[in-house]
Amino acid sequence: MSELMPNVSRRSFVKTTGALGALAAVGGTVAATGSVFGKGTPQAHAEAEEKVTWGHCAINCPGRCSLKFHVKDDEVAWVETYTSKDADFDEVQPRACLRGRTYRRWLADPNRVNYPMKRVGKRGEGKFEQISWDEAIDTIASELRRIIDAYGNEAVYIPYATGVSSSTARSLPRFMTCLGGYLGSYGDYSAAQLEMITPFTLGSKGFNGSTLNAAEDAQLILAFGTSPTETRQGGAVSHYDWVHLRERAKGKIVYIDPRLNDSAMGRSAEWLPINPGTDAALCSAIAHELIVNEQIDKEFLDTYCVGFDDTTMPESAKGQNKSYKDYIMGTGYDMEEKTPEWAAPITGISADRIRALAEEVGTAKPLYVVQGWGPQRRSNGELNSWSIMMLPLLTGQFGLPGTNTGEREGSYSISVQTIPAGTNPVKAKIPVFLFTDAIDHGTEMTALNAGVQGADKLNVNIKCMLNYAGNCLTNQHGDINHAHDILADESKCEFIVVWETVFTDSAKYADILLPDLFRFEQVSQIGTGGDHAYMISGQPCTTPKFERKTLYDSLTLLAAKMGVEEEFTEGKTQEDWIKELYEKTRAKDSELPTYEEAMEMGVYTRKNPKGCTIAMEAFRKDPVANALDTPSGKVEIYSEQLAEIAATWELDGDDALISPIPVYTHGFDELDIPTEEFPLRCSGFHYRGRTHSSWGGVELLKEANPQEAWINPVDAEERDIVQGDTIRVKNAFGEIELLAKVTPRVVPGTVCISQGAWHNADMSGDRVDKGGCINTLTTHRPSPLAKGNPQHSNICEVVKA
Amino acid sequence: MTQYAFYFDGTRCTGCKTCEMACKDFKDLDLGFAYRKVYEVTTGETTRDAEGIIATSCVSYPFSMSCNHCDDPACVKVCPTTAMHKDPETGLVSVDTAKCIGCGYCHMACPYNAPKVDRSKGHSVKCDGCADRVAAGEKPVCVEACPARALDFGTVEEMSALGRIADVAPLPDPAYTTPNLYIKPSEDALPFGAPNGKVVNPLEVE
Repeated sequence: MSELMPNVSRRSFVKTTGALGALAAVGGTVAATGSVFGKGTPQAHAEAEEKVTWGHCAINCPGRCSLKFHVKDDEVAWVETYTSKDADFDEVQPRACLRGRTYRRWLADPNRVNYPMKRVGKRGEGKFEQISWDEAIDTIASELRRIIDAYGNEAVYIPYATGVSSSTARSLPRFMTCLGGYLGSYGDYSAAQLEMITPFTLGSKGFNGSTLNAAEDAQLILAFGTSPTETRQGGAVSHYDWVHLRERAKGKIVYIDPRLNDSAMGRSAEWLPINPGTDAALCSAIAHELIVNEQIDKEFLDTYCVGFDDTTMPESAKGQNKSYKDYIMGTGYDMEEKTPEWAAPITGISADRIRALAEEVGTAKPLYVVQGWGPQRRSNGELNSWSIMMLPLLTGQFGLPGTNTGEREGSYSISVQTIPAGTNPVKAKIPVFLFTDAIDHGTEMTALNAGVQGADKLNVNIKCMLNYAGNCLTNQHGDINHAHDILADESKCEFIVVWETVFTDSAKYADILLPDLFRFEQVSQIGTGGDHAYMISGQPCTTPKFERKTLYDSLTLLAAKMGVEEEFTEGKTQEDWIKELYEKTRAKDSELPTYEEAMEMGVYTRKNPKGCTIAMEAFRKDPVANALDTPSGKVEIYSEQLAEIAATWELDGDDALISPIPVYTHGFDELDIPTEEFPLRCSGFHYRGRTHSSWGGVELLKEANPQEAWINPVDAEERDIVQGDTIRVKNAFGEIELLAKVTPRVVPGTVCISQGAWHNADMSGDRVDKGGCINTLTTHRPSPLAKGNPQHSNICEVVKA
Repeated sequence: MTQYAFYFDGTRCTGCKTCEMACKDFKDLDLGFAYRKVYEVTTGETTRDAEGIIATSCVSYPFSMSCNHCDDPACVKVCPTTAMHKDPETGLVSVDTAKCIGCGYCHMACPYNAPKVDRSKGHSVKCDGCADRVAAGEKPVCVEACPARALDFGTVEEMSALGRIADVAPLPDPAYTTPNLYIKPSEDALPFGAPNGKVVNPLEVE
């Protein structure tokens, strides 16, 4: 890493070029770095005082990249990263992405929250008044106590949030456990459908795929609905890992995506355009060809899987034409043969192209199949993503070098232990996506109709929410207009606390809004990884400004007020916890540096000692000794558990399908079937300008990464739309305004809109969202099994504004 | 004299704009100004036939570029005050703000969209190759920032050994100013002057 100018401010250097510049020029590089600017050398100028601190990005990207703050007079002068000028291509450097490099702007954003605030207007109106910390704590304590006394702990909810990750970020669950518990949750907005379906088929450890560098040896890489360079943009996670793989891969890559995404740029011939949400139809047709052409690995399927054909069906389903093969060959489930001709009009891919791809899939050894979380973030997401996992199984390209299970790529990570939440006395859990339902009609939600876990039903509606660093109350939730109506009704959820750095759309719904510090404004630590691992240990870049406090300190005040300080803190400061958690981590991983060393070095990196990680390697080697934790111990292509769920759950429509085998379904009628009124499909994607909604308010990023709807020239021309036009996209849920990107990089019939733009509508007026947030157009109806967010399943119409 | 040059690996660049933002932070640039910009070239068609089958001839690639510190810089040639000048030691082109009158000729003359007049400052502004960092033995901020390792900087001898002179769209014929930009083009890259090699993201780079 670069430590050439550790104590010298760039600005003072620029200002004093007369003196220092001349020395540097005369002495050359060695003299300049070694003796004039080197560590421990007396400063050449008083103005040159500069402090350098390490910190980490904490947004759920999950790059959590390194940030190197150059600080002068207690203000951040500029933000660097862990880098060096002559880094070898293979060197692990968690370089911050474009967003990380704009933190100075976010730190000083005019919309930064500086003081505790209380709401003075209507909920969601965004009118606040500064109050003291004493008043804020008093109000929260009395309201929390009132609600717990009146409704019980189950009425208190901690919404899903992605704004902060670190070893102490999840202090709220711990705090609420000290107070007697809270309504729990499961899942997330990232991969709920895939996380739910995976354990049924691959077991509880099946979610993590092989690392990307495992694909270097593959003869063919199939990438379904994924853009690793956009979704995790740092210098030591998927962005870099993918660039590295592209350069080192021996085989070719095929990108199956409605969008020629940024990961495929420069190699456009590898793009195989497909209609959104139809991956399962493509995979079913490929399966058909593999079967017909005898390219399946029957021995693997019989040894490692159940349910491919009747040979390995469980007793309960044997002899009933319920196997996967029956489904594919037209003798089962829907009695329709899944030929390439069947799949062509669904997917938009010609039968010939499907046959050619199937031939490549059938002969490629090794075959690396990977999916992003796009194919699963849909109303048919569980089945769509599961179907992709069939290709490695059918070909036996599973658990071997150069293969992947069809899941998203895994990582080699350093996982630092996190603050213990304790045991929540409230057992009931809801899917995170259903919190608005639980506010509105929680007592009607049951295990069978809403996926309530840990209890048969909810006893009480959500009456209070404690929302830390999250924008899922509205902006990132489905159907913002619907969420607004529920949240704005103060008789439903009676009290909302929000901790934030800036005024997000969700923050507008706070009754009390508390000013948060970034994790790099406090001591913080995190471990993560991609192909290789890293850990970042940071010290505050500046002193806390205004009246901002850490979450931990604000909860400590609240705990003291409510009589649980000792239980919450155990007498420890946040840094005491971080140190203790790190020591526990280190006890299990003796290679790690000491705490003091870690803090001194800031960035610790480690290469995967095995080179790469192969998913299901142990199971493939010995399926008996290393049996999966599915009921059969094998990969379940037919799941009796799912058959049971399908038979017993109360679903909300005939279009909601739960199936014991991976089948193609179009999804929900109102979201996935274009109509005369809404003839286009509309899908979200992750954009370089934001991680979810984080950074959505940073003007510099908005300028360089404008909020646009990608629309094919064919669709644009029909609507008299040209590049750069301001357009309106609308459907039954709402209407947004944004710019048109007229481009052949998106398939005809589909509009793509990057998710996470900041909602900006007059909610007491026309509700037209001038911020272009896709969630003004998404539903709050959950997917059938995971009850997850189907936010890429939308239909719409587009008009010129 | 040592002539410095940039290197751009088009097979690695993903168009992420970290280079642009790192520069803007380091150089403290506000809205409307970027010394390094990322251009998108896209051409071809993606269509759907009567049966609903999609066909594509789409080609798309990003190109990251700052000032190319040309051997024969157009901006220097047209500057009426000699404010725009090429450093005799490093070959880096920069603005002497004391001499610059903000006439904007450099902005109009440069075929690489590098200099721009900052009306609030009253003079032209542009990439100076991070001359101070380079003098201190470092590389430009953009180069060290790249998560994809697509950029490099060094002497023209070193950089020309890595790739060929920048001769792809949307850039002009390198013979015009002899840019000190060497590249490894992506598979998709079109030759300079290709009629379909147009910049499709003007809003992001103007």
